[in-house]
Amino acid sequence: MNETLIYTIAILVGLGLIAAVVLYFVAQKFKVYEDPRIDQTEAMLPGANCGGCGFPGCRGMAEALVKQDDISALYCPVGGAATMQSVAEFLGKAVAEKEPMVAVVRCGGSFCNRPRTNTFNGARSCAVEASLYGGETGCTFGCLGNGDCTRVCNFDAIHMNPETGLPEVDEERCTACGACVKACPKHIIELRKKGLKGRRVYVNCVNQDKGAVTRKACTVGCIGCGKCVKTCPFEAITLENNLAYIDPAKCRLCRKCVAVCPTGAIVAVNFPTPVPAATGSTPATPAAQQETTVAAATQKTKNATEGGEQNA
Amino acid sequence: MQRKEANKMLKTFRLGGVHPHDHKISRNESIRVFDVPATVTIPLGQHIGAPATATVQKGDKVRVGDVIGTATGFVSANIHSSVSGTVTAVEAALDGANLRKPAVTIAVEGDEWNPEIDRTDTLVKECTLEPKEIIARIAAAGIVGLGGATFPTQVKLSVPPGKTAEILIINGVECEPYLTADYRLMMERGEELLVGCEILMRALGVEECAIGIENNKLEAIKHLKGILAGGSYHKGIRVVPLKMRYPQGGEKQLIAAITRREVPSGALPIDVGAVVQNVGTTYAVYQAVQKRRPIVDRVVTVTGKGLGRPSNLLVRIGTPIHLLIEACGGMPEDTGKVINGGPMMGRAMANIEAPVTKGTSGVLLMSTGESMRGREMPCIQCAKCVEACPMGLEPYLISKLSRLGIYDRLERERTADCIECGCCAFTCPSNLPLLDYIRLGKAETLKIIRARQVK
Repeated sequence: MNETLIYTIAILVGLGLIAAVVLYFVAQKFKVYEDPRIDQTEAMLPGANCGGCGFPGCRGMAEALVKQDDISALYCPVGGAATMQSVAEFLGKAVAEKEPMVAVVRCGGSFCNRPRTNTFNGARSCAVEASLYGGETGCTFGCLGNGDCTRVCNFDAIHMNPETGLPEVDEERCTACGACVKACPKHIIELRKKGLKGRRVYVNCVNQDKGAVTRKACTVGCIGCGKCVKTCPFEAITLENNLAYIDPAKCRLCRKCVAVCPTGAIVAVNFPTPVPAATGSTPATPAAQQETTVAAATQKTKNATEGGEQNA
Repeated sequence: MQRKEANKMLKTFRLGGVHPHDHKISRNESIRVFDVPATVTIPLGQHIGAPATATVQKGDKVRVGDVIGTATGFVSANIHSSVSGTVTAVEAALDGANLRKPAVTIAVEGDEWNPEIDRTDTLVKECTLEPKEIIARIAAAGIVGLGGATFPTQVKLSVPPGKTAEILIINGVECEPYLTADYRLMMERGEELLVGCEILMRALGVEECAIGIENNKLEAIKHLKGILAGGSYHKGIRVVPLKMRYPQGGEKQLIAAITRREVPSGALPIDVGAVVQNVGTTYAVYQAVQKRRPIVDRVVTVTGKGLGRPSNLLVRIGTPIHLLIEACGGMPEDTGKVINGGPMMGRAMANIEAPVTKGTSGVLLMSTGESMRGREMPCIQCAKCVEACPMGLEPYLISKLSRLGIYDRLERERTADCIECGCCAFTCPSNLPLLDYIRLGKAETLKIIRARQVK
């Protein structure tokens, strides 16, 4: 064997040994103690690093969970109640029971419901469009349809429907991290209680214009007539700035409001049966019925395992 | 060839800029007085700053020049009725961007003026008012920068303590293609304009005034020089011909072109001793101080290659814009965009029933082929936008950072200095919507800066 080769190997091995010894003592000297539970807690979290909990990734959340004595304010929207429960058990702390939430797009202004009055020629971004003008339709509150919400979703849970021009939330994938809520410049998306078997009743509109203006701009807009407010037996509906809002905490899903809404702005999703006709009022509009039937058809596929306590 | 030689010698700003074709097709159309419409909608927010507070109610009778909205706070401006008649509504009305903004709607009855206003055409040269009185009259008349930025003029003239104005610069550049409103004003109201200069010099206490005019308006340069040669005006006023280059009408660019002084990042023109006023504003100042006439009308260039009769109209504030288009030959069939302002900085309108405001310098009709943006392609890193940026920024980078939402870095890139001139997007070979995103990033950066100041 060549002499040079032997020397080379010997020197490299020698260097390696010296470095190893030095590094060993340095590592001993500068050792940082880290709670091993942080690693274990992190492993229990979903690992999506979405930031939905408010921390920079799951590691940040795990540190907070371990270090804070009271973790009832912390919540991982992706893992949901089950994850929080197991983490709490592991750490020996108590967590508050939280209901699973889901992102809800509150706009029904599809191409056929809301005629386009002009064409936007700028960058395809809702934020840009909203900063410039009122939008392509007569409704200045509704969805702009450029899909800013779809681009921020880490879970592939919200998509633009090319037929309606509106975003649609995949309830199974949505973790209610709130990224789309922040991204929407029109504040259309809201995190609402998922509800038992995914059943929800909500006002599918955010238009605060007066009734006549809304009516002209969109066929399914809330015109602020107040019929639903009067009909609701549980005082769950409030009317502010010509817009009705259903408080999910008070709503008991009776769907009487859906039946009386003259424009079909209130929708009920994931119900197996059609809307019961309210006595002495107009029957449900085709839009609302269609929504219910579509929802009923897809209901079988819905994830009902995370039911949680229904507030009813 | 000779002209080219002369062009080389002329002053201009140092950094960036582009040279679009000027298309001043309405340059030889004298200012026509446009008829008073049947109803006007006068927005209460026609300026930068807080909207005015309405002082009239539904059913009130108003005369031309009556105050209908008073300034809310320091950076705000009074709003006057531009017609006589009855107030029919004080509520939100649609503006050009299709948004609802507070406005006063008036049904026109006759044309009765506030008797304080001197409506004669006689030139009143003498002005012996104190600077404070001049500024008070300007504030009362609701004068704002009529070049398009609509910044309240009295705020600009109130020099903060510790700073001194050395030079008044009158902006007759009109570097936006198509627009000729300022040019016509210089040609037809030259004497009044120069009296306006003297008043502004008096208000600021300066002895030097430079009127910057680009050399595509040779007649205006000659005309104003001719009047000044008569010797009856302040000796400190001079006309400075400038080389044609967009955006020379930008405040900072104009100061650089005329005085060679550069306004530092984040500073104001007054920090280098300059105050800039547009010629339209200067004329309005003359009217406000000498004739006690508030802003009730303004010159609007209605133009476009397909338009039957491009014109310069003297229009009452609040007149619906579609009436102007009809008066100039009607909208051509292939109109793709109706732009409020010029083609570089103007905004496409979503609603042409929106009213003329103090900031409406022009209404431009562009055909579909001419106005639509090209297909967006990837950035090829050619750095044309960097060369074109008159503020020395890196538009491709700022645009990308803002698209990615990296707002903290935007501040370091001096995004807040952007003047939104659009040179970057104009020059981009990949048709990237650079300015769209930069504007977004600028708004976010300003929000961050403001939040820090509050702390």
